[in-house]
Amino acid sequence: MTQVTVMEAPQRWPRPRPSTFWRHRELLGFLIQRNIKVRYRQTFVGVAWSILQPLTIMIVFTIVFGRVAKIPSDGIPYPVFVLAGLLPWSYFANSVTLTSQSMLGNASLITKVYFPRILLPASTVLTPLVDFAVSLLLLFVLLPVYGVGFHLTILLLPVLFLALVLTAFSISVWLAAINVRYRDVGFVVPVLLQLWLFLTPVIYPGRLVPDGTLRVVYSLNPMVGIVELFRWALAGGPAPGAFLLSSGIVVLALLSTGWVYFLRTEQTFADVI
Amino acid sequence: MGTPAIEVQAVSKRYVLGREAHRSWTFRDDLVARLTGWKKGAEARARRELWALEDVSFDVAPGEAIALIGRNGAGKSTALKIMSRITHPTSGRVIVRGRVGSLLEVGTGFHPELTGRENVFMNGAILGMSRAEIVSKFDEIVAFSGLERFIDTPVKRYSSGMQMRLAFSVAAHLDPEVMLVDEVLAVGDQEFQNKCFGRMSEIGREGRTVVFISHNMGAVKRLCSRSVLLNGGRVIADGPTPEVMQTYFDLIVPNEEATLADTSGPRLVSWSVDSPDAGTGHAVMSGDKCSFSFVANIPRELRHVHAKLELYSSDGILAMATSSMGPDGSFTDLREGRAEVIVDLPSLPVTPGLYQLHLSLIQRGEGTIESWHVQPGLRVLDDRPIEEDFRNVGLLNLDARTTLRSGIDGPAEPSA
Repeated sequence: MTQVTVMEAPQRWPRPRPSTFWRHRELLGFLIQRNIKVRYRQTFVGVAWSILQPLTIMIVFTIVFGRVAKIPSDGIPYPVFVLAGLLPWSYFANSVTLTSQSMLGNASLITKVYFPRILLPASTVLTPLVDFAVSLLLLFVLLPVYGVGFHLTILLLPVLFLALVLTAFSISVWLAAINVRYRDVGFVVPVLLQLWLFLTPVIYPGRLVPDGTLRVVYSLNPMVGIVELFRWALAGGPAPGAFLLSSGIVVLALLSTGWVYFLRTEQTFADVI
Repeated sequence: MGTPAIEVQAVSKRYVLGREAHRSWTFRDDLVARLTGWKKGAEARARRELWALEDVSFDVAPGEAIALIGRNGAGKSTALKIMSRITHPTSGRVIVRGRVGSLLEVGTGFHPELTGRENVFMNGAILGMSRAEIVSKFDEIVAFSGLERFIDTPVKRYSSGMQMRLAFSVAAHLDPEVMLVDEVLAVGDQEFQNKCFGRMSEIGREGRTVVFISHNMGAVKRLCSRSVLLNGGRVIADGPTPEVMQTYFDLIVPNEEATLADTSGPRLVSWSVDSPDAGTGHAVMSGDKCSFSFVANIPRELRHVHAKLELYSSDGILAMATSSMGPDGSFTDLREGRAEVIVDLPSLPVTPGLYQLHLSLIQRGEGTIESWHVQPGLRVLDDRPIEEDFRNVGLLNLDARTTLRSGIDGPAEPSA
């Protein structure tokens, strides 16, 4: 059957098609592979960074927030508490940083060959996978060291990871598309992520946020539900409950609108980039 | 034949200028533009617009090889970009039937950190090949590129010629039903270029559709029996290559009456070139230092203009361009009366032959306000003996010294 391609004026309301990923799965696989290879090929100590980074942050946070500020940690030893939160957070932060640059970084591809552009952010969002896996191993070593056992909930990890990737993607797809037109994004993202860390229960438990309006606003941050969920599954904190629902709704809303926005601007990427 | 492989139906493409030129367009810029845009209204907006294509239509039959020809900025590359789905038309429609393989401009979308091998797989996948297909053609691709020894070296260590060879090899083995090629044959050595020609005519013979852009008229003649001539974003000729090519040459060197007809605007009065060996006139010795002078009549004061000179070979290849606008982007104000454009060249190392000079006046914010195909053309002479005539091919006449030696150390390798 002959493949027929029609090129017309840009559409105002392009329709997101999840089947795109399936039809281009091989290219998606290649792009993911490429991103991971490129990220780790140039580093001197390679994967060692992935251990060193969370380890140092954990130590510093434990001293500053655990010992000095004496922030409560739901009965979990503070190093384990903070590492279980850092695990999804670092993935999210790295992923968003890389993915928001994914269109600009591939400008030479975009101006020379056609493929669905959504594959670029979709493949970049998985790039910090190696760091995540290494940090997870670090946590698995620390759990018995601090006398925190393994919970059966750990089996949910693949599902949680999927939720985490979707959350990172829902934010990144917006940023990646905006970044093509407004290079400001490159400056905004680091600042945004720094503030965001403090609005997410990584160094403190989510229950410290008082009930009422503040809590409702707080729960609009989708990473609240994700971080609480990871900590519950890995270290046995309290179950996240209502946070999950709000996180889910926010992610779905961001994802669907972001996807449409991306597809709409995609049609002019090659002219603007 | 029935349905065409490519249908281009009333395609127009508008670019908004300024925005593309800005490397770092920020939100603030947009805000400012929007606020000022409201004040100045539609006129200011229209000035920033450029129609790269206007109402362009043509069909390409399956198995046909056509060339898009025209001057730089005529819209050829934009047309190809729309056909290869890289950018959308502003209006109109392009329908392409069959798998498309495209090779646009120099540079390839290779990732510098990855090896040649990894990039072949990557590139193949991007161009739409499956892993199995790439595996089955891998050896052939590498053999065609002639880069067997470097295939596991990161592409950042490749020369641009090597990258282009690898890119062409991947694209040429894609088995596309429709092949779009933009000016890629300009790189690489003669041997590889011949190989590419060979491969492209093979692709043509295999019944695949080819759209080819080139300034190399020899290549166009050899590969395409039909050509479409674009000028200023419009199709001005479409038909057998020799005829369209003639129209193209007439476009570069239009007849004198047309130049003289309009007397209200600036007028080119005379021109000459001065060189130590050939004196003053319309001829110069190849490789000589020379000084051009163009005298124009300026009926009204012209503010903020610069003059641009282009030199075209008889094949229509742009050999050189220069402008009075310095690196600082300065413009000149011309008073009513006579103005002179002077172009000094330390040497003009082009092969002997007849060249066309194209002089234009460009005004800030207005674009080209006047352009002349200078008559008579420039004749480049040579004093070399006839035996060395084979050197009078190509565009450049450089003082190359080539020797052939015999008896170099080491045994002869058996031929494969």
